[in-house]
Amino acid sequence: MSDRPSVAETGGQGRLAENIAHFARALRAAGLPVGPGSVLDAVAAVEAARVGDRSDFYWSLHAVFVKKHEHSEIFQQAFRIFWRRKGMIEKIIASMSPRSPAAPGQEEKKPEAGALRVAEALLQSGREEDEPRQQDMEVSARLTVSEREVLQGKDFAQMTAAEIARAQRAITDLKLPDDEVRTRRMVAAVRGRRIDPRRSFRRSLRGGGAVIELAFHERALRHPPIVALCDISGSMSDYTRLFLHFLHTLTEQRRRVHTFLFGTRLTNVTRSLKSRDPDEALARCSAQVQDWSGGTRIGTCLHQFNREWSRRVLGQGAVVLLFTDGLERDGSAGLPREMERLHHSCRRLVWLNPLLRFDGFEAKAQGIRAMLPHVDEFRPIHNLASMEALALALAEDESGEADPRKWLKRVG
Amino acid sequence: MAQLPASIDDTVKLLAHGEYVADRALATVVFLALRMGRPLLLEGEAGVGKTEIAKVLAGTLGRRLIRLQCYEGLDVSSAVYEWNYAGQMMAIRLAEAEGVVDRARLEDDIFSERYLVRRPLLQALSPDPAGAPVLLIDELDRTDEAFEAFLLEVLSDFQVTIPEFGTVKAPEKPIIVVTSNRTREIHDALKRRCLYHWVDYPDTERELAILRAKAPKAPARLSREIVAFVQAIRSQDLFKVPGVAETLDWASALVELDAVALDPALVSDTLGALLKYQDDIQAMQAGKAKAILDEIKAEATGKARAV
Repeated sequence: MSDRPSVAETGGQGRLAENIAHFARALRAAGLPVGPGSVLDAVAAVEAARVGDRSDFYWSLHAVFVKKHEHSEIFQQAFRIFWRRKGMIEKIIASMSPRSPAAPGQEEKKPEAGALRVAEALLQSGREEDEPRQQDMEVSARLTVSEREVLQGKDFAQMTAAEIARAQRAITDLKLPDDEVRTRRMVAAVRGRRIDPRRSFRRSLRGGGAVIELAFHERALRHPPIVALCDISGSMSDYTRLFLHFLHTLTEQRRRVHTFLFGTRLTNVTRSLKSRDPDEALARCSAQVQDWSGGTRIGTCLHQFNREWSRRVLGQGAVVLLFTDGLERDGSAGLPREMERLHHSCRRLVWLNPLLRFDGFEAKAQGIRAMLPHVDEFRPIHNLASMEALALALAEDESGEADPRKWLKRVG
Repeated sequence: MAQLPASIDDTVKLLAHGEYVADRALATVVFLALRMGRPLLLEGEAGVGKTEIAKVLAGTLGRRLIRLQCYEGLDVSSAVYEWNYAGQMMAIRLAEAEGVVDRARLEDDIFSERYLVRRPLLQALSPDPAGAPVLLIDELDRTDEAFEAFLLEVLSDFQVTIPEFGTVKAPEKPIIVVTSNRTREIHDALKRRCLYHWVDYPDTERELAILRAKAPKAPARLSREIVAFVQAIRSQDLFKVPGVAETLDWASALVELDAVALDPALVSDTLGALLKYQDDIQAMQAGKAKAILDEIKAEATGKARAV
């Protein structure tokens, strides 16, 4: 790389292409999806634009290499570092009068300090914490008929590392919801009420047009998008990991699952969860998040979600799974408004709360009281059985058993 | 038929001629799209002028504008082509009456240009005396992924394959502009075929230029205040910040009201032209609009004094 000749030395187009190819490689290393095809495009673009200054050069390459708004900033950094070091642009456009660089100089992207440590910490914490609980687990284990049944009803928080591993496998085998909504797209059907003129006609032509044999079509069905907002504060940590496993399984099976984690800030981990291997996916998530096991600012995070993401991911009849215990650190001033906004923007809002596992649970905490009126369903999520129930509930609509109003009434 | 621009500067001029005030970055990508014959994918918030680019290009280049508005469930028969079934049926009956027995010939007749109903995508690929048309595929994010797949062939090879008929290829590449509001992510395969640009809110200077071009009736002082106010509330914590379209709407509302300068009462009466969510309007009502107004006025007088 270091003996890359500069353009001025050779002056040929070949060198320009080579330099752009090197730049493309740098972009790829920085995480932009840049294929070999775009290198050719970029060379063509720079030649076509007959760049007059640094800014033209910048935007010409930008037009080809950047395919996503978020990538703009990475591109800018890479451009600045790559082309300044070699002082190349000036040479490429030597014949024209150079103006001051137009690429806006924003602050560098902060390195994610301690991200790795967080990942390691997360991967270990589950095990250490579970050591002391081993004993009472054994007691309950003796009472069981089948191991699997114990696992079913067992609270995630009381599982040992080994049990967690087994639970994870069980989650992978879980029967996932086959909820489907009608789209406006039509697909061929054997019988139905709508006549498909195109196919009917083609069929009748096959027979010479003498008889018209009717063909039908119906509305296509497909899974609605699922958006999971997942609380990762300290009070939830025993449940978060397994819920993420559930989401990972879901992400593998369906096309449109978006996952966000929040504690004191909101992080979109959808891409990280797409890794095939669940452990790798989770490790990637934890590397991405900076506020594991801290406090919760539900209101602030929902506000951020509503502002930045709701319009991008809540289209086409999305179901929102809000996974949190509702214990708000910041007081619940803005919370009802944000919940209401969220409720209005999605088709169905399901609140999953592990606290519901306690028989004597009452909706007393301020945050919980603020949020309950705005959800469609209120469900527990503390063991495999409740996870299965969730999958079933997603498949069928409104059974009424998870109606949040009954919790509100109970408190009065 | 106007010539395609020969340089980036020409592109800026061309767009300015159509009353579109473009920054250099946008002009570069438009120029490259025209020059390299590649589709242009524009993303950005609602009301920043994405659709307008296609209209202005068609207007200034003297090309026909073909618009495909996307919606959920958009399919081939409403986007690409459809057969005229009634006509075909009639042709078959006539052939029968005449006693035509040649099945192959009959089929050739029936699946011919005559009975082909051209929808926007196919229209855009047909020859046009005014030059290749401008094809605007608006709000692509509103359709589902299945429809994007239909577009791939059109966007990369400028052709459409009709099973009964064959492949229709454009004699001259149409100018394709695809817009998206990003309510979902467009597939990578489609993005790869396009030149991409994120259309952002304009800065003060450019917004003022846009306002001058589009609302020439607004007095100079009012225009400056409108732009300063809009720029200020874009930095506020709102659910939907106003785009350029809203700025223009607001300006024309104020002109209709014969306003010469902004005052708090006027702002709160006409805020509906600028903000479209009740929460946002409420947040602005409670004295906040006045605070912003005072601030921009103080800044304006400060500047005047400095000069």
